[in-house]
Amino acid sequence: MEDRKMSNKFSLITDGLVKNNPTFVLVLGICPTLATTTSAINGMEMGLATMFVLILSNIFISLIAPMVPDKVRIPTYIVVIATFVTLLQLLMQAFVPDVYATLGLFIPLIVVNCIVLGRAEAFANKNSVGDSALDGIGVGLGFTLSLTVIGIVREILGSGSVFGWKFVAGDGILAFVMAPGAFIVLGYLLVLFNKFLAKK
Amino acid sequence: MASKSSLKNMALCLSLVCLVCSALLAVTYAVTVEPIAAAAQAKTNATIAKVLPAFSGDPVLGTVEVEGTEYPYYKTDTGYAVMVTTSGFGGPLTVMVGVDNDGIIHNTAVLSHSETPGLGAKCGTDEKFIGQFRGFDPKAKKLVVKNDGGDVDAITASTITSRAYTLAVAVAVKASAVLNGSAAGSDAVTGASRPAEPAPAETVTDNGGQENE
Amino acid sequence: MEYLLIIVSAIFVNNILLAQFLGVCPFLGVSSKLSTATGMSGAVCFVITLATVVTYLLNKYLLIPLGLTFLQTISFILVIASLVQMVEIVLKKVSPGLYQALGIFLPLITTNCAVLGVALTVVTKEFTFGGEAHMLNLGEATVYAFATALGYGLAMILFAGIREHLALSDVPKAFKGLPVALITAGIMAMAFLGFSGIV
Repeated sequence: MEDRKMSNKFSLITDGLVKNNPTFVLVLGICPTLATTTSAINGMEMGLATMFVLILSNIFISLIAPMVPDKVRIPTYIVVIATFVTLLQLLMQAFVPDVYATLGLFIPLIVVNCIVLGRAEAFANKNSVGDSALDGIGVGLGFTLSLTVIGIVREILGSGSVFGWKFVAGDGILAFVMAPGAFIVLGYLLVLFNKFLAKK
Repeated sequence: MASKSSLKNMALCLSLVCLVCSALLAVTYAVTVEPIAAAAQAKTNATIAKVLPAFSGDPVLGTVEVEGTEYPYYKTDTGYAVMVTTSGFGGPLTVMVGVDNDGIIHNTAVLSHSETPGLGAKCGTDEKFIGQFRGFDPKAKKLVVKNDGGDVDAITASTITSRAYTLAVAVAVKASAVLNGSAAGSDAVTGASRPAEPAPAETVTDNGGQENE
Repeated sequence: MEYLLIIVSAIFVNNILLAQFLGVCPFLGVSSKLSTATGMSGAVCFVITLATVVTYLLNKYLLIPLGLTFLQTISFILVIASLVQMVEIVLKKVSPGLYQALGIFLPLITTNCAVLGVALTVVTKEFTFGGEAHMLNLGEATVYAFATALGYGLAMILFAGIREHLALSDVPKAFKGLPVALITAGIMAMAFLGFSGIV
C-alpha cells in the first residue's frame, strides 16, 4: 500500500517528463518555446522561470480552490498567476538582471502561458496541496527539459556550441538561431518524438 | 466542492484574492526596489569602468546636446562616457563610448541591441570589430565604415549594424568635443545647460512636434 | 512617412507570428481552416488595437504617475480579460452578425499572448521609427498595434491556405498534423526574413 502510494507520487513527477510532456505531447506554451530557445542556456532559464511560477501558482490555487465560487474561478486564477509572475519579474530584476534582460518580454508573458492556467484548471483545483506541488515540479521539469533540448539542438546547428562551449570555429547555420530555425527544429523534434517515444 | 456562486461570494472572493495578492506584491516590491536599483547601478558602473581609463571618485551623470539631440553621459576625471542610441538593423542600438581627456576613444560597449543573433549581434562580442575602436584617434582616422570611405572594418554581412555602431561612436566623439569645449568655462554639470535656452520660436515648433501625443 | 514605416515594419519585417513568436498557440490551433482563421484574425485585430489603446492610457495616466509600473503585467492582463468580456457583451447586443462571426473566438483571446505582448511592448520598448529612439505616443501606438494585428492576420490567413492543401496531400505518418505545420511555418518565416532590413 505504502509502496503504491510512493510510486503514485513519483509518477506525478515523471508523467510531466514524458507521458504528458507539455511541449512534445500536449503542444502547449509554444510561444516561449520558440522564442527563447536560441541557446541551451536560454531555454533552460526560461523553463526554470516557468517552473517557479507553475509550482507556486499550483500550491496557492490548490489552497484556495475550495473557497472560490465557480463563476469567478478563471479571473481568480489569472490574478494569482499574474501575482507570482510579477513576483518573479521583481526577483529576477534584483538578483539576475542579465537573465531578465535576455528573456525580456517572455517573462511577463508567462501569465498567458497555457500550461500554467491549464494545470490550475486541470489539476491544482481538485487535488491536495502536496500533489499539486509535485505536479508543478513534474510539468515544470518536463517543460524545462524540452526547452533545453530544443535549445541544445538550435545552438549546435546555429552557433556550433553547446551551453556556450564552442566545438566549431566560426559560425554555424545562422538560420537555426533565427526565427525559421525555431519552427523547423520543433517540427522535426515532434516528428522524432512521434516516431520513437509516443506510445500508441 | 466550490462555494456557491452568489454575487456576495464572488465579490468577496475576488476582493480577498486581490487584497492578498497586492499585499504580497507590495512587500516584494519594497524588498526588491533597492537591489534592483543597485543591480542597474552596478551594471552601469561596470560598463563605465570598462570604457574609460581607471578613474577616481564617482562618475557624474549629465546630458549634452549635439545637433539638436540630447545624450546622457557620465563624467569622470579621466574622460567622458557618452551613451548614444542609433537605429540598427533590428531596432535601437545603444552604445556607451568612453572618450578620454585627449579626445581619443578608450573603449566602447553595447548597452542594449536588438540585432540578429549570429550576425549584427556580434557587435557586442566580435573582438575584431570592437577592438578597432580601442585607442582610435578620431582626428587621425575617419569614423565611417570602409564601404562608405572611412577607416572602420564592418562586421562581415552586417554592414547596417556596423554603420549604426560607428555612427554612435562618431556622435559620442562630437559630444565629448562639445563637453571638452565647455568644461573649461563652467562647473562640472555644464553640458546640459550649455547650449543656452533655445529661441522662443524653436520652443513653439518643439511643442508642435509633440502635440499628437 | 513615419506611420508608413511603422506599418511596413510591423506587418512584414517584425511579423508578430513569424519573427516574434507571439500568439503561436491559436495560430497552430485554428489555422486548419481558412474560414476560422479569418474569423480569429478579425477578432484579434479588434482586441489588440482596443487593448493597446486602453492599456497605454492606463499606463500613462495611472501607473506611471503613481509609481506603480511594476504592476503592469497584472493590471494589463486584467484589463484585457475584462475588455474581452465587454466586447463580447456589447457585440452580442449591437451587432449580432459580427458576434456570430467573431464570437466563438473572443474567449480564446484572453490567453493569446499576442495581445498582452503588444500591450507590454508598446509601453516598455523604445523604437527608432523616423530616426531617433523614442517611446511611442498614443497615435503611433495605435497604428503600431493595428498594423501588428494586420500582420498577424496576414500570416494566419496565408498559413491557413497552405494548411488546407496540406490536409489533402500525402504526408508521412510521423509528420502528420502539427509537425508538418511547424515546418511549413518555418519555411514561411524564412520567406518573411527576406523583408528584414527594408525599414
